[in-house]
Amino acid sequence: MLQCDYTTSQLDVLEAEAIHIMREVAAEFERPCLLFSGGKDSIVMLRIAEKAFWPAPIPFPLMHVDTGHNFPEVIEFRDRRAEELGARLVVASVQDSIDAGRVAEETGRRASRNRLQTTTLLDAIEDNEYDAVFGGARRDEEKARAKERVFSFRDEFGQWDPKSQRPELWNLYNSKIRKGEHIRVFPLSNWTELDIWDYIRREGIEIPSIYYAHTRKVFERDGMLLADSEFITRDEDEQLFESVVRYRTVGDVTCTGAVQSTAATVEEIISEIAATRITERGATRADDRASEASMEDRKKEGYF
Amino acid sequence: MDILRFATAGSVDDGKSTLIGRLLFDSKAIFEDQLEAVERTSRDRGTEYTDLSLLTDGLRAEREQGITIDVAYRYFATPKRKFIIADTPGHIQYTRNMVTGASTADLAIVLIDARKGVLEQSRRHAFLTTLLRVPHLVLAVNKMDLVDYSQERFEEIREEFTSFAAKLNAPDLTFIPISALHGDNVVSRSESMPWYNGSSLLHHLEHVHIASDRNLVDVRFPVQYVIRPQRATDPALHDYRGYAGQVAGGVLKPGDEVMHLPSGLITRIASIDTFDGPVDEAFAPMSVTLRLEDDIDISRGDMICRPNNQPHVAQELEAMICWMSDVTKLGPRTKLTIKHTTRTARALVRDLHYRLDVNTLHRDESAQSLGLNEIGRVSLRITQPLFVDDYARNRLTGGFILVDESTSNTVGAGMIVEAK
Repeated sequence: MLQCDYTTSQLDVLEAEAIHIMREVAAEFERPCLLFSGGKDSIVMLRIAEKAFWPAPIPFPLMHVDTGHNFPEVIEFRDRRAEELGARLVVASVQDSIDAGRVAEETGRRASRNRLQTTTLLDAIEDNEYDAVFGGARRDEEKARAKERVFSFRDEFGQWDPKSQRPELWNLYNSKIRKGEHIRVFPLSNWTELDIWDYIRREGIEIPSIYYAHTRKVFERDGMLLADSEFITRDEDEQLFESVVRYRTVGDVTCTGAVQSTAATVEEIISEIAATRITERGATRADDRASEASMEDRKKEGYF
Repeated sequence: MDILRFATAGSVDDGKSTLIGRLLFDSKAIFEDQLEAVERTSRDRGTEYTDLSLLTDGLRAEREQGITIDVAYRYFATPKRKFIIADTPGHIQYTRNMVTGASTADLAIVLIDARKGVLEQSRRHAFLTTLLRVPHLVLAVNKMDLVDYSQERFEEIREEFTSFAAKLNAPDLTFIPISALHGDNVVSRSESMPWYNGSSLLHHLEHVHIASDRNLVDVRFPVQYVIRPQRATDPALHDYRGYAGQVAGGVLKPGDEVMHLPSGLITRIASIDTFDGPVDEAFAPMSVTLRLEDDIDISRGDMICRPNNQPHVAQELEAMICWMSDVTKLGPRTKLTIKHTTRTARALVRDLHYRLDVNTLHRDESAQSLGLNEIGRVSLRITQPLFVDDYARNRLTGGFILVDESTSNTVGAGMIVEAK
């Protein structure tokens, strides 16, 4: 008798599901693209795209919405990874949107380009006629995301309507849209932060250096450690100091906080996350702190 | 570590949100900043205690109205398993959401208020669970603290439900007396109910055997995508032709004799490829790429099976439909788009046999149409053959969705009961 109970590990199940979703999109849409920021979730998503179509190349371009306020280590990683894969990288620039008068730069001490990204993203989707856009968002990140579908319908204004989402059953995804509408696709919906790190460890995937502990000049604002950067105006009482930190999420310099940590390897990061008592967005994202519904509101407008 | 997907059904009054809040809280899946937000909101509303049910409300409208509208997905893990909860609203106007959540669930928890006993809605939840063929059902008899942890009351409810479940052809059925508010029998065994010899709810979730729930007998491989490296820098890949897909049933091995549908041609599996190298066998839910020994014209929507074990090749289907549109109705002559496995076609409703009252299971044969959240049995005519199994035999090759041709919305879920 064959001794095999055909169990499948959680990472294998999640990977198989994500591969299925990616192939479904490649088969049913004309012009998909994959949002690649150089952050850990999009890195995992890119690895899954590599696996889904191997030995053929990834059959869609990568796109990054660049606020111009990103960490240089991450931009360098983004470009190198795209080149290694021979993938086409489309960079949609918030600066270009500002120069073209599509959006106005925020002013003041808390100025951020976070919200401006939405216009740049939607313009790029329209200009390139993308009909499906892969994003690395996970449902465990935030409560509005906990309700979002894997295939998330966007109308011709790029808006999400949480009250009239399409039912999603079994592994059947509805890809019917009209011209001008698009679908945001989230293959990592069912992954948690810990799953992402377990997968990075298992696959031996390279990630930007700022995820690991390093010494950096920072200052404290609202209980978060922000990096010293030419894009942030500090108050007089916001003194710079050196600290050993790492980033749990990677976003815009102006609104992404570092956490104090000595975790220098993926294993150490995993032990740290398994023990942490604060969510990753709560610990590191000023953009989510505005109100209980700030993510829901931004998503309705067309945010990632 | 494997994954258990489970759906919870019940209304706010049954303590469903409190139960989920407690599972998340006691398994440390709730973080300090989330708890602070809930404490703040509880205080603002003048609630005396920290209302754990606030943890599970996602949308602004839900928080404002204090109800759950849509399916929410929650995640937690113990050293034994990773869990995905499909948290579904319990009221009848949200039947479609419960059907959605149950479609992928390995197990469903139906909550019963020990004071109220088996209500109409408990029967409805249990019925939908069995209609969607969720393999394991847990009846969590909640609020035991409010009936003095009475064994007699628990046995009464168990008996009443068991006789009802016999009519449903219910799968594996487990009864657990709990108090979500106090944590009795949720994570650890309760000291207040020494008469109960079974597992705590979490222990049951950790240990229930699900590996054999998948169909490992009937080989079903819906072809999803054809992989042909066209920019091959490696000359060895010039002739590569792989059929990618997710296994929907059975176990495939290199060398196996397989049949292609619709052609009926027979060949063998040359190799089962993945990015990480070829594998010795593939079974659900693996996503793999098959290479075949012979050159057959195969495209998306086709099916690979075994010559001596084929699905039905059907253009006429008998199915149970759950209608999900609040705009249109389903009735004879309705035309729709049908998506089944990786094949999309058009469907025409030939006949509506009956509408089922989901509370009483009464069949109304005079019904002319199905409206939002209504369930009924229909005959469909499909424009091209589908490769189907009875839903009871395989949820992946027996289930389909219906899409409205003018709005492109998903308006129905179907479960095949008889293929011709």
